[in-house]
Amino acid sequence: MAGGKEIKTKIASVKNTQKITAAMEMVAASKMRRAQDQMFATRPYAQRIASVVRNVAIANAEYKHPFLVEREVKRVGIVAISTDRGLCGGLNTNMFRKTLDLVGDLVDKGVEIEVVTFGTKALGFFKRIGARVVAETSHIGDSPEMAQIIGPMRVLLGAYEKGEVDAIYLISNEFVNTMTQAPTITQLVPIEPSQDEQLKHHWDYIYEPDSKEVLDSVLDRYIESLVYQGVVENVACEMAARMLAMKNATDNAGEMIDELQLIYNRERQASITQEISEIVGGAAAV
Amino acid sequence: MANTIHVDIVSAEEQIFSGEAYMVYAPAVMGEVGIAPRHTPLISPLKPGEIRLDMGDGKEEFFFISGGILEVQPHLVTVLSDTAIRAHDLDEAAALEAQKRAEEALVDQQSDLDVAKAKAELAAAAAQIAAIKKLRKK
Repeated sequence: MAGGKEIKTKIASVKNTQKITAAMEMVAASKMRRAQDQMFATRPYAQRIASVVRNVAIANAEYKHPFLVEREVKRVGIVAISTDRGLCGGLNTNMFRKTLDLVGDLVDKGVEIEVVTFGTKALGFFKRIGARVVAETSHIGDSPEMAQIIGPMRVLLGAYEKGEVDAIYLISNEFVNTMTQAPTITQLVPIEPSQDEQLKHHWDYIYEPDSKEVLDSVLDRYIESLVYQGVVENVACEMAARMLAMKNATDNAGEMIDELQLIYNRERQASITQEISEIVGGAAAV
Repeated sequence: MANTIHVDIVSAEEQIFSGEAYMVYAPAVMGEVGIAPRHTPLISPLKPGEIRLDMGDGKEEFFFISGGILEVQPHLVTVLSDTAIRAHDLDEAAALEAQKRAEEALVDQQSDLDVAKAKAELAAAAAQIAAIKKLRKK
C-alpha cells in the first residue's frame, strides 16, 4: 500500500483548503450585506444631487459651466474602479475586457487616454498595458469614504477644466444581484442633458453668491458622488463575486475529497487483496 | 400642513434627516439664511456650521455639517452635506498626493500603450478558464 499514505496527506491538505474557502465564503457573505446597506444609504444623496443638477442644467443661468458643454474629443480621461484583492472570480477580468474594447476604439480614432484608477487591480492592469495613469487610490477598504475620492477626481476634473481632456468616462461594475455583476461604462463629463424636454421651466434659482461659484461646487460634487457610488457598488460586487467564487471552490474541494477517498479505498482494497493472495499463494507452496 | 416645508438632509454616505419643518436656518456662504415655506428657488454653497430646524411648538433640531450645498424649492429644502472638510487648497493637496502615488507606482513601467498585446493576454486567460470549466464538467 505504497500510495495510501500520500493520498491521505493529499486529502488532509484539500480539507484544509476547503476550510479556508468555506470561511472566506461566509466572510464575503456578511461583508456583502454590509456593502449593500451602504449602497442603499448612498442613494438619497445621489438622487437629490442628480435632480438638482437636472434643474440647474435646464435653468437659464447666464454662466455655462464647462461640464455642460460638449467639445471635440482629442484626449479622454478614464476612471476605472476595481478591487484591491483577487479571488473574486471573473469580476475584474470581465471589466478589463470591456475596458480594452473602449480603449481600443479610442486608440483607433487617435484619441489619447489618461487614467485614474481606484484599486490595485486596475492600477496593475493599466500599468501593464502601458496606459498613462495620472492618479490612483488603492486600499480603499470595505467602507469607502468620500474623502478618498476627491483627490484623484480633482486631477481629472482639473485637467478637463484646463482643456487637457475633453471627456471623462467611468468604468465600474454594476451590482445587478448577488449572482450577476455587469461591467458598465458611463460618460461622466460632459454631462449629457436629460431627455425630459417638458421639464423645461421658466424659472431660475437665485444663485448665491453667483451662478459660477454655485455651479462649480454643485457639479464637482455631482461627479464625485457618481464615482463614490461606483466605488461603493464595486465593494458589493467584489463581495458577491468572492462569495460565489469561494462557494464554487468549496464545492470543488468537496468533490475532490470524494474522488481521492474513492482512490484511497480502492488502493487499500487492492493491497489487502494482494496480501491475501500472497498468503494463500505462500500457504499453497508449502 | 400648508405652512411647513419638507426638508431633506443627506450626505454622500447616508440620509441624515427627512421631514417637515416650519423654518430652516442654514449657514450659507454669504451669511446665515432663514428659509420659510414658499421661499423662492435658491441655491447656495454652505459653510461649515449648524442647520437649525424649527419643528413647531418651540421644538428645534440641530445638525452640524462640514459644508455642502443648499437647494430651495417652494415646498422642498435639500441640504447636500459634505462628509469631508473641503477647501480648494485641501482638494488640490489631495489631488497632488493621488498623482504622486500614481507616479511612484509607475516608475518601472517601460512599455507604451499596447492594446493588441493586452487583448491577446486576456483572450488567453479566458480560453484557459473555458478549458478548465470544460475539464471540470467531464
